[in-house]
Amino acid sequence: MIDIRDVSKSFTLHNQGGAVIRVMEGASLHVAPGECVALTGASGAGKSTLMRVIYGNYLAASGSVLVGGLDVARAEPREILRLRREVLGYVSQFLRVVPRVPTVEVVAEPLLALGVDPHTARARAEVLLRRLNIPERLWSLSPTTFSGGEQQRVNIARGFAHAYPALLLDEPTASLDAENRAVVLGLIAEAKARGAAIVGIFHDVEARERVCDRVVDVSGFTPVVAA
Amino acid sequence: MSPLLQVAGIEKRYGARIGCTDVSFDLYPGEVMGIVGESGSGKSTLLNCLAGHLAPDAGRVIFDTRHMGPVDTVTMSEPERRMLSRTDWAFVHQHARDGLRMSVSAGGNIGERLMAVGDRHYGRIRAAALDWLDRVEIDGARIDDRPSAFSGGMQQRLQIARNLVTGPRLVFMDEPTGGLDVSVQARLLDLLRGLVRRMGLSAIIVTHDLAVVRLLADRLMVMKDGRVVESGLTDQVLDDPQHGYTQLLVSSVLQV
Repeated sequence: MIDIRDVSKSFTLHNQGGAVIRVMEGASLHVAPGECVALTGASGAGKSTLMRVIYGNYLAASGSVLVGGLDVARAEPREILRLRREVLGYVSQFLRVVPRVPTVEVVAEPLLALGVDPHTARARAEVLLRRLNIPERLWSLSPTTFSGGEQQRVNIARGFAHAYPALLLDEPTASLDAENRAVVLGLIAEAKARGAAIVGIFHDVEARERVCDRVVDVSGFTPVVAA
Repeated sequence: MSPLLQVAGIEKRYGARIGCTDVSFDLYPGEVMGIVGESGSGKSTLLNCLAGHLAPDAGRVIFDTRHMGPVDTVTMSEPERRMLSRTDWAFVHQHARDGLRMSVSAGGNIGERLMAVGDRHYGRIRAAALDWLDRVEIDGARIDDRPSAFSGGMQQRLQIARNLVTGPRLVFMDEPTGGLDVSVQARLLDLLRGLVRRMGLSAIIVTHDLAVVRLLADRLMVMKDGRVVESGLTDQVLDDPQHGYTQLLVSSVLQV
């Protein structure tokens, strides 16, 4: 489902003397349907960078990034947007929303974008919000003023609203209490059971061991700096 | 799916000075493209060439019309282009007063566009005007008021209603949130986002505000000195800009 081959990534800082920062070389990763792979490595090793490359948010300098058969490194914007709508979900660490939009609509949005009828989309959103213990009185409010943990759970609800065949999870259990953490691990297990290919970053070792089938240390993709 | 708009090699010069040059892109149905760049980068010149307000010196702007299929709008006759701009196109100006008739009531502003495409039934026109006032969140009781009595945000929403009432397929927007208070901007952006999605509109939005394109645009074109220096998926261009000018633009935004 996700097939990354020999990907490299560098940043050229044109306004800082053209400095080139090489952050990744020879990255390869294969994730099958129903499999959950954890990315590990020290802070700054490139875990989030690799996730962003898979999502098409960062442009790979070379190599191929196949997700559901589409090479994200070369695809047109509309092809990537379609992939993100239908195939590839992403739960980032931070919720980014349009001001004024109520929580229930934030969560239902991925389904509405797919053309699911508003009634069904809302119902699905409500099931997820209830399951993630977001009090019903908050559903009609914008999540911009929610606490960090509440925002994180809204973000997760949104990420799981549609049954994406591939999912990227950036620290999905960070800042959650034990009860909500268990809910999230349950959602991940269900996604695996229905055949989703998942790549995640989990600093929470216990969570990682519960849901991940494999661990890939991204330090192996760090470019060797010539002395 | 075939493109709604195919732009090839557009150039506009003002004497020896370049307005914009060598601009080519395809826009697909339902796609929203942002054009960013600082003042004088050629983005408004380009928009005006695309919308038929300025005649380009070179290049083609091929629009997939409902009845005749793909037609080059640069070489079509003026009456044909005027008809197209009433039926299939819409243009939202930065200053609402440029896109509204200030001496005509709000309902009249909306109805006028319907009449321009042949609608003559008063009751139906008024009903459509009321429906559109509601969609852009203007109280229907204000239908007979002139736009000069409206706030800046309301005028801008009325301009949008006037433009969208005929069900266009392509909307050109020139700094649609420019000059509005931030809170008014947020409301307008939210409204535009909803309308664009529900109506399946294609849009080209010129702005210098990166927050606006992040919210509204699927893809981005960055212009400098009349040329396109970078283009791509909006979040990719903003989060991983490749060109030095885009990097400067993105890093110049104040974080709040």
